Amino acid sequence: MATLLPPPSKRQRVAQADKAREQQEIDRIPSDLGSVRVQFFDQATGNPTGPAVSVPVADANTKNLETLLNTLQGNDDDDRVPYRFTYQSDKEGQTIDILADLYHSLLQPGIKTTEDTVSLYYTPQAVFRVKAVSRCAASIAGHGEAILATSFSPVSSSTMVSGSGDSTARVWDCDTGTPLHTLKGHTSWVLAVAYSPNGAMIATGSMDNSVRLWDAKKGQALGGPLKGHAKWITSLAWEPYHIQEPGHPRLASASKDSTVRVWDVVSKRIETVLTGHKGSVTCVRWGGTGLIYTASHDKTIRIWNPKDGTLVQTLSAHAHRVNHLALSTDFALRTAYHDHTGKVPTDDKEKVAAARKRFEQAATVNGTIVERLVSASDDFTMYLWEPSSSNKPVARLLGHQKEVNYVTFSPDMAYIASAGFDNHVKIWNGRDGKFITTLRGHVGAVYQCCFSADSRMLVSSSKDTTLKVWDVRTGKLAMDLPGHKDEVFAVDWSPDGQKVGSGGKDKAIRIWRN
Amino acid sequence: MFTFIAVEYIERWTKQHGKRLDHDERVRKRQARESHKQSHNAQNLTGLRAKLYQQKRHKEKIQMKKRIKEQEEKNVKSSAPDEPSKTPLPQYLLDRSQATNAKALSSAIKDKRNEKAAKFAVKGISEEEMFKVVNTGKKTHQKSWKRMITKPTFVGSDFTRRPVKYERFIRPMGLRYKKANVTHPELGVTVQLPILSVKKNPQNPLYTQLGVLTKGTIMEVNVSELGLVTTSGKVVWGKWAQVTNVPENDGCVNAVLLV
Repeated sequence: MATLLPPPSKRQRVAQADKAREQQEIDRIPSDLGSVRVQFFDQATGNPTGPAVSVPVADANTKNLETLLNTLQGNDDDDRVPYRFTYQSDKEGQTIDILADLYHSLLQPGIKTTEDTVSLYYTPQAVFRVKAVSRCAASIAGHGEAILATSFSPVSSSTMVSGSGDSTARVWDCDTGTPLHTLKGHTSWVLAVAYSPNGAMIATGSMDNSVRLWDAKKGQALGGPLKGHAKWITSLAWEPYHIQEPGHPRLASASKDSTVRVWDVVSKRIETVLTGHKGSVTCVRWGGTGLIYTASHDKTIRIWNPKDGTLVQTLSAHAHRVNHLALSTDFALRTAYHDHTGKVPTDDKEKVAAARKRFEQAATVNGTIVERLVSASDDFTMYLWEPSSSNKPVARLLGHQKEVNYVTFSPDMAYIASAGFDNHVKIWNGRDGKFITTLRGHVGAVYQCCFSADSRMLVSSSKDTTLKVWDVRTGKLAMDLPGHKDEVFAVDWSPDGQKVGSGGKDKAIRIWRN
Repeated sequence: MFTFIAVEYIERWTKQHGKRLDHDERVRKRQARESHKQSHNAQNLTGLRAKLYQQKRHKEKIQMKKRIKEQEEKNVKSSAPDEPSKTPLPQYLLDRSQATNAKALSSAIKDKRNEKAAKFAVKGISEEEMFKVVNTGKKTHQKSWKRMITKPTFVGSDFTRRPVKYERFIRPMGLRYKKANVTHPELGVTVQLPILSVKKNPQNPLYTQLGVLTKGTIMEVNVSELGLVTTSGKVVWGKWAQVTNVPENDGCVNAVLLV
């Protein structure tokens, strides 16, 4: 029987009536403000672009500024680039995003007046736009137990791999919604799956303490299990494509036995063992500069040099176990030379060059290559690090009220999203770690979240059986995706933005698309 | 004060003269006899003595069980197998004890939706027992049409009393309940939840209307804080629960969630 909500109380009714009576104020820009001088700077290099330009305040919205900047750069109508503008003050180092127009962001709060020259830093936004996924294209049964991990191929959105509690991993054809291959071999739950950056191989880590490698095309095992760990595998990371020795990719696996092992994928041998953590290693990341980042239950984050297995740095600030790590360049490293155009270089050398270029483009801030790191912990906080410059965190990200389970950088590095057991997803500024907004809507712990390739959307998976798609800029719910019959453990947005794949306790893979 | 001195007196005696030579033997025998004596008492005492004895014994047993349990917990080997649970869990939920214990309420429900709700034997309650005739005032006294309900009731928050002349049933304030202790049958979790309405009192449709809470009554409770979700992703607000105790005896309403 439907439950009737209690009728509104008198106070509520009066408030409603008052609100209806009051004229809604319209946010409009006064037309008598004259003009303001604007100087554009490139965020990546810090160099000014063009001369300072005088812009009428009434017309100074982001759309017009974008057009102006494109004209200054001499871009043709065909290859106009959308930009995001931020204002950085010289003294306090405060950063303000220009959301709609200059008036509401800077002039009205009194940060700048029309007398000043406003310096605007621009960052190019993705030239493509990912549409929010809105419907379930396929619900594919096949796994006999809960699905624990999913990952899309970096090549395209048509293949996805999922690891399950039935000790198999399966490769799915997402275009037709059918299973392609079953990767059988493990003897216990498959906890981690990872596509190699060129999309040719799949690595799976399992509860049976072994890592296995598979041919992604044929679905066949590449040799036997990689044995060495004494406890289960928690996380896998491939060596970034542009620093791989040609023909000799390497793989790092983190384990509960508090070691990280670096494997030579071709000879199936352990190359180095990174020992030093005192607790289970929860997450491993292989950075584009060649360093390995690990997070552990022993409250520390360690940075290693895989060449000789030495410890480079220890970052300790957390007060409880560290659950997850994210690099600002994660997306570029994951997709290597696969960009949004879908054009793949034919030559191996060109591929490496393309991958390096993409990495450098992603990592360059003010002319130097900087890889930022964000870590999520059980102490309800996150830290933003810049390991290359300091042992101390850049910022402490406070706000979650329970354990933070998952954290991720947006592909354009402007945002950090964190998912916690307090049912919220929070968005933070990727540059300085300032809090931006909370995405409320889930009624159960949020397990994972993933940005779309253009950084404009975020999808989150939760214990409350739903996926939710959020608009990052407005912080509003863009789409609610119910359908799973039980907790959703894993979610991934394909790097080309076409599809979202999710899996959970109800044993069915679901493919979502627009 | 007196007992204090007496104890000291005995202690002093033992200090001066030592224990009796057969002291240990006597203690051992007394202990050995203890269980026999207890059994004899339990079987043969009658009347008030039996009652008091049972009470004492009950309390002792509780203490005993507690102590045994403590001991068992102490003896647990720290190198227990690491296998965290039988059901597969993703990496980030392993090693999290509370995550598995406080299992999602939502998930267990689906598996067992088909299970029938617990049935409780319903004892009939006559109208004489339920209602007390109110005969205050001249007119009321003459016709005796006013009734006071003698059982616990649920009265909605929007209820306003009717004028005295038209008020046929009085639900006493002291017997009104707003909250129920609701148990989730599969998870064994008990939560105190606000009652929304009484859906069905098996005794009599009239009692349903009046919101009488007796054993077996089905009521709707507000489960929003449990975070249950329907398959379409909506948060479940109200859910049915059945009263399992006799509220008037216990002074509280216990219920089991019907899932």
